[in-house]
Amino acid sequence: MAAPAQGDGVGERVVGRAAAERVDVPHALRQAGVTAALAFALFLPLIGFQTVQNIRNELVLETRWSLLFWMVAIAGISRLVYDLVIAPWRARRAAARPRASTTAAGVWRRRLMPFAIGFLLVYPAVAIYGAGWTGATKWIDNFGIQILIYVMLGWGLNIVVGLAGLLDLGYVAFYAVGAYSYALLAKNFGFSFWILLPLAGILSSFWGIILGFPVLRLRGDYLAIVTLAFGEIIRLVLVNWVDLTNGYAGISGIPRPTFFGIPFTANDDGFAARFGLEFTPVYRTLFLYYLILALALLTAFVTVRLRRLPVGRAWEALREDEIACRSLGINTTNTKLTAFSIGAMFGGFAGSFFAARQGFISPESFTFLESATIVAIVVLGGMGSQIGVAIAAIVMVGGVEIMRELDFLKYVFGQDFDPTQYRMLIFGFAMVLVMIWRPRGLISTREPSVFLKERKAIASDLVGQGHG
Amino acid sequence: MEVFLQQLINGITVGSIYGLIAIGYTMVFGIIGMVNFAHGDVFMVSAFIAVVAFLFLTAWLGISSIAVVLFLVLLAAMVFTSVVNWVIERLAYRPLRGSFRLAPLISAIGMSIFLSNFVQVTQGPRNKSLPPLVRGDFVLLHGDNFPVTLSYKQIIIWGVTAVLLAAFWYLVARTSLGRAQRACEQDQKMAALVGVNVDRTISITFVIAAALAAVAGTMYMVQYGVVNFADGFTPGVKAFTAAVLGGIGSLPGAVVGGLLIGIIETMWSAYFSIDYKDVASFSVLAIVLIFLPQGLFGRPDVEKV
Repeated sequence: MAAPAQGDGVGERVVGRAAAERVDVPHALRQAGVTAALAFALFLPLIGFQTVQNIRNELVLETRWSLLFWMVAIAGISRLVYDLVIAPWRARRAAARPRASTTAAGVWRRRLMPFAIGFLLVYPAVAIYGAGWTGATKWIDNFGIQILIYVMLGWGLNIVVGLAGLLDLGYVAFYAVGAYSYALLAKNFGFSFWILLPLAGILSSFWGIILGFPVLRLRGDYLAIVTLAFGEIIRLVLVNWVDLTNGYAGISGIPRPTFFGIPFTANDDGFAARFGLEFTPVYRTLFLYYLILALALLTAFVTVRLRRLPVGRAWEALREDEIACRSLGINTTNTKLTAFSIGAMFGGFAGSFFAARQGFISPESFTFLESATIVAIVVLGGMGSQIGVAIAAIVMVGGVEIMRELDFLKYVFGQDFDPTQYRMLIFGFAMVLVMIWRPRGLISTREPSVFLKERKAIASDLVGQGHG
Repeated sequence: MEVFLQQLINGITVGSIYGLIAIGYTMVFGIIGMVNFAHGDVFMVSAFIAVVAFLFLTAWLGISSIAVVLFLVLLAAMVFTSVVNWVIERLAYRPLRGSFRLAPLISAIGMSIFLSNFVQVTQGPRNKSLPPLVRGDFVLLHGDNFPVTLSYKQIIIWGVTAVLLAAFWYLVARTSLGRAQRACEQDQKMAALVGVNVDRTISITFVIAAALAAVAGTMYMVQYGVVNFADGFTPGVKAFTAAVLGGIGSLPGAVVGGLLIGIIETMWSAYFSIDYKDVASFSVLAIVLIFLPQGLFGRPDVEKV
């Protein structure tokens, strides 16, 4: 593998230099013309025309020629810029940099960890200092808690997808089981959050075993589609079983978590009064923030420890080569089931936290889009890499959240421009772009959990991928 | 009996739409081994293109003959959707060919999210409804409770589906293009060595898949007259179910699977519960994959070390 790769590198360098030296302008212009023509055909039906309802409720067509013109022009000019500027630059860069097949061990990553955790611990203080007591709620809640939920879900799914190599597109089902377990049991039986948190995890992992057992014979894409079907079935049952779940209307008035029995209310026996503080709703947000931080770190910690146990090594062996695993006497069904149920358990924890934080849940929160987001976070982060998953969650979820804050764009594009409308559009496009840019995710090197003499990171191009 | 017959007719109508989409899944899976997750949304985009083309032809050009309009709408939807899918393949899937196994799947999921939101942003989130294009029906059987009918639009859907399926079957089974496709399915490297242009063949596969999805989209518009930007996902998964049921990689399997899924779904709605009809289709997917992974017409997947 290494020798031909180096040979290719030399060849590419020569070709790259040749390409860098001459830029074929007429060819680039032709290409730009072709791109513009394609863009015209692409955008003519859906951007050039818009279907709108008139007063009599009939559909009529309106035209948007100027927008169509600008889109086509942007497509053509981007192609021209790419061919004349970016492609030669990339060729020069590729020529200048020899291909590395092994990278230095991820030392900086391990040094980064304490700083990252330290930052997460003081983040609320930074937010309160920066935005004041009332303004901080938004920053801690929308950015801190929201992102940490996805970090935790990403780490939970990482056990299934990243370590065991089983692509699960229905992970949100376990998240939903956890959320509905907490909501229903807390509302109907009055159990407290601290009893229901482990119970929700147990119920979810139980569902993980029930759903996992029949499907784990399947491999790769088939497994992905069946888990997707199960995820949708659970959502549809939640929608249609109105007696239990109240259908689309959802469950509201879910009891909020307490500080070990002390509620976060303005009453005399509330948190603020008991500790002699002035009442603000920020205390609850702070408490929820540290709670989800603790849960997420617990997930990471358990994963790191599990990787060193026999079962964790079996997961990673299974991801690399299932047939070899079987011939070594590893019980693949049990190994897959443990991965599935432990992943589901963390999904259940996150679900019950979600229900407790929101106070309201409905099937709308558990659509396929959520599953796709979590899978995207795991794959974009680099499957199996804890820190990569965290970075991907911050970028994807934080990026989508920050789109809500971009009010200045209104001054650029006019007052009726609403950036939030474009969030999912950009999200989907970003998924495609990141995949093309780094198909193996942001952090693609693998660090073996067991090694002979020294720990070496393994570059992604040296890692074969079995069909899990 | 009347209920059964009527539901059978309805089921075949819905099923032929699923079958047309399923062919796109099965062809793409056969040739590059990838579940083209965005295919359901390509179908939805084609339905929107059909709506726009219909309004353009009737309101702007004032063509009143419904047959001419339908023919032109079908043609426009097929051409424009083909361009869309061709560009998608070039941008989102080709750079990932031969890459890590999950990369094209994630890229396709991203594309699916992008397409549905693109339509939502450009055409608005509301349902687009058209007045019924074709009215009237045949009464096949005068039952005790209600007559069993076969509407003209159902006849149109059956006819168009049958004719286009025959045309594409001829294309794949009898022409050199079809031979190139089957060669790429078996072994891309060998096909390239004997002079098959693999990239072009894969592109054409995507174009054919899109054209058939566009037929399905137009028929969907004729049948229901309502399109929404979120309409791609559920028919997409059901069509994938159909492809799996028929045996993925097999063209007749996809059509038979589509018809079966359509019939199962309508029968379930008639005899059990309409709320759970999607649950029924998704359960079929799970059951088939667990007990009959090679499908009805597929070859068993032999595992080699």
